[in-house]
Amino acid sequence: MSANGGLAIDVSGLVKSFNGRRVVDDFSLRIPEGKIFGFLGPNGSGKTTTLRMLCGLLTPDEGQGTCLGLDLRSEAPLIKRQTGYMTQKFSLYEDLTIKENLEFVARLYEMDNRKARVEDSLKGLGLYERRDQQTGTLSGGWKQRLALAACILHEPRLLLLDEPTAGVDPKARREFWDEIHTLAGRGITVLVSTHYMDEAERCHEIVYIAYGKLLASGTADEIIADTELYTWRAYGHEADRLASKLRGTEGVASAVAFGSKLHVSGVDADALARAIAPYRDGHDITWEETTPTLEDVFIHLTSGSKDNFA
Amino acid sequence: MRRLLSFTRLGAMLMKEFNHMRRDRTTLGMMIGVPLIQLILFGFAINTDPKALPTAIYAAENTVYTRDFTAALVNTGYFKIVSNADGKDVDRMLTRGQVQFAVTIPPNFSRDLLLGKTPQILVEADATDPVATGSAISALQQIRSTALQRDLRGISTGPSEPEPGFEVIVHRRYNPENITQYNIVPGLMGVVLTMTLVMITGLAVTRERERGTMENLLSMPVRPAEVMLGKITPYVIVGYVQALIILIAAAFLFGVPVEGSVLLLSGAAILFMIANLAVGFTFSTIAQNQLQAVQMTFFFFLPSLLLSGFMFPFRGMPEWAQFLGEALPLTHFLRIARGILLKGSGFMDIAADLLGILAFVIVASAVALTRYRQTLD
Repeated sequence: MSANGGLAIDVSGLVKSFNGRRVVDDFSLRIPEGKIFGFLGPNGSGKTTTLRMLCGLLTPDEGQGTCLGLDLRSEAPLIKRQTGYMTQKFSLYEDLTIKENLEFVARLYEMDNRKARVEDSLKGLGLYERRDQQTGTLSGGWKQRLALAACILHEPRLLLLDEPTAGVDPKARREFWDEIHTLAGRGITVLVSTHYMDEAERCHEIVYIAYGKLLASGTADEIIADTELYTWRAYGHEADRLASKLRGTEGVASAVAFGSKLHVSGVDADALARAIAPYRDGHDITWEETTPTLEDVFIHLTSGSKDNFA
Repeated sequence: MRRLLSFTRLGAMLMKEFNHMRRDRTTLGMMIGVPLIQLILFGFAINTDPKALPTAIYAAENTVYTRDFTAALVNTGYFKIVSNADGKDVDRMLTRGQVQFAVTIPPNFSRDLLLGKTPQILVEADATDPVATGSAISALQQIRSTALQRDLRGISTGPSEPEPGFEVIVHRRYNPENITQYNIVPGLMGVVLTMTLVMITGLAVTRERERGTMENLLSMPVRPAEVMLGKITPYVIVGYVQALIILIAAAFLFGVPVEGSVLLLSGAAILFMIANLAVGFTFSTIAQNQLQAVQMTFFFFLPSLLLSGFMFPFRGMPEWAQFLGEALPLTHFLRIARGILLKGSGFMDIAADLLGILAFVIVASAVALTRYRQTLD
C-alpha cells in the first residue's frame, strides 16, 4: 500500500493558467493517507482549480505528481475510479429522483450488488422513504448530504470536497463533519475546501492558498506559531468601536471586532504596543495579550499577499 | 479496464436520458407536435400548381368566338374570371394585385379571325412569383390550338401552319397529376427530423454544462463514446416516432403512393438520423449555453431547407450551391425518401445517396468525438 510512501496526494509545482492569468502557481502538496486536510483561501484563490486538477477534470500546465500512487497526467482515468469529487454547486440531476441519481452513479462505476448498495446508502441517509422524490425539491442540507452519499457510494480512497457546507445550517454542518471523521477513520483521505474557521480547526492539517500561491500549511497551532503575529484583545466599554480608529495606524496589521471584543494584530510587537498605547489609559477598557486566532492569521496572510488579478 | 465502451455505463446513460425525457413533458410534446403541425401546414397549405387564379377579362366585342375563348380559359381550371371590365380597369387591377391575369380581346377580333389575319389576344400576367403563373401560362398554349377548333371548322383561317414531321409525347412519370403533396410530404420527413434532432441533442448536452452537472459527470469514469451514444440513442427512437407519424399521414391522409419498401426507407432513416444527431452533438461541444445551441441549429437548418431541394428545385441552383447541397444529409435523404415512396427505388438505386449520408456521418462523428472533452479545460 505504501509504494507512494503512504501519501494519498503528492504533487509539486502545479501551474494552471486561464487566458494568461496564473490561477494556480507552483503549488505543491503532500497529504498522508487517512488524513483530513482543510483547504482555505479567499474567493478566487485557485482552490477549485486545484481540486479539479487533482481529480483529473483539468490538466495542469506544469508540474507533476501522484494521487493514490497513480500519475496525475497519464493515469487520470484510474484516479477517477478511486476518487470522489463533490462539486461546489449541487450537480446531481434535479429532475431525477434520489434513487435514480444514486443508481446512475453506481452503474457508471460498474459496481456489483448495485441494488443492495443503493438501498444501504438510502437507508444510511435516512432518505429511503423519500427515494422517489426528485432531488430538485430537497432542501440545501439534504442536497449536500445526498451529494456526499453519491460521491462515497463507490467507496473511494480519496475525497475531494469543494466547499461542501456552504449555506448549510450549523447542525447539518456538524453532522457532516462527524461523517467526514468517520470516513477518515476508515482510512479515506479527505481534502476539503472551506471558508469556516471552526471547520478548519476540525481538520488534521490546513493548507492556505491565496491568489494561486501556497502561503501556509501545517496544523492550526503550527500555522499560528509560524506566522509570528502578535495580538492584543481588548474588552470593556465600547472597545469594539476602536477598530476603525486603529485600522491604518502604524504597526497595526488588522483590527477586528468580535462582538464587543476587539482583536488587534501586528507583526512588530513594539510597534503594536505603541499603536494601542493611547487607548490603554483613561479608557474603561481592559487590554490583554493573547495568541492570535486562525482567523487573525488568515486575514493577515491574505492582506499581506499580492492580488495578481488586481 | 480501459475498454472503449462498457454496456453497464452505456445503460446508465441511456436510463438517465430516458428519465430526463420522460420528465420533460414540454419537449416531448413538442417532438410529437412539431411533425403534426408541419404536416398540416405544409401538407395542406403548400401548392406549387395553383388553380383558379383571379383573371380580369376585357373583351371589346362579344361574339361566339370571344365567348368560346373565355370558356376555354375557364375550362383549363387555371383561370377564374372575376371581372369583365374595360381596358383601363384591367391594368389597374393587375397593378393592385386584385387579379393574377388580365386578358384583353381587341376590337374586330372575330372579323380578323375570319379574314385569316391572325389577330392577337393580349394576356398580361402578374409574374412577380414565377411559380404562381407558370402552369397557367403553359396551359394557354394548349388553348390556342384547341379553343376555337369547333367554331372554325370548315372555315379557312388563312395559310395553315405546316404539320411537323414528328410528335413529342410527354409522360409525367411518378406524379402525373402534378400533385404538390407527393413531393412535399416525403420531404417533410427529412425536414422535421433535421430540425428536431439537431436541436434536441444540442440542448441535451449544453443543458448539462449550463446546470453544472457536466462537472460531476466528467469526474466519474464515463467515456466519450458512452456519453455520445447515451445521448443520441433515445432520440433515434423519438425520430422514428416522428418519421412514423409522417409516413402514416403521407399514405392515409395525403394518399402519397408507397411504391418501394418501407423497410428500406426505415434503414436509410436510421443513417440519416445519426447524421443529424452527430451534428447536434458537435454543436453542443461548441456552444456555451442552450441559446447558442439553438442558434447553431438554425445555422444548419436553413441551408438544409433551402439548398436540399425541399423548397426549390435542386437542379435550378448554380453549381456551387449544388455542391454545398450535396454535402448536406437532407439533400440525399430527400432523394431517397421520394425515390422509395414515389418511384419504388430499390437498394441499388439509393446506394449513392446512402454513401453521401454515410460520409457525412463519419466526418460529423469524428469532429464530435475529437471536440468532446473529458476535462473542463
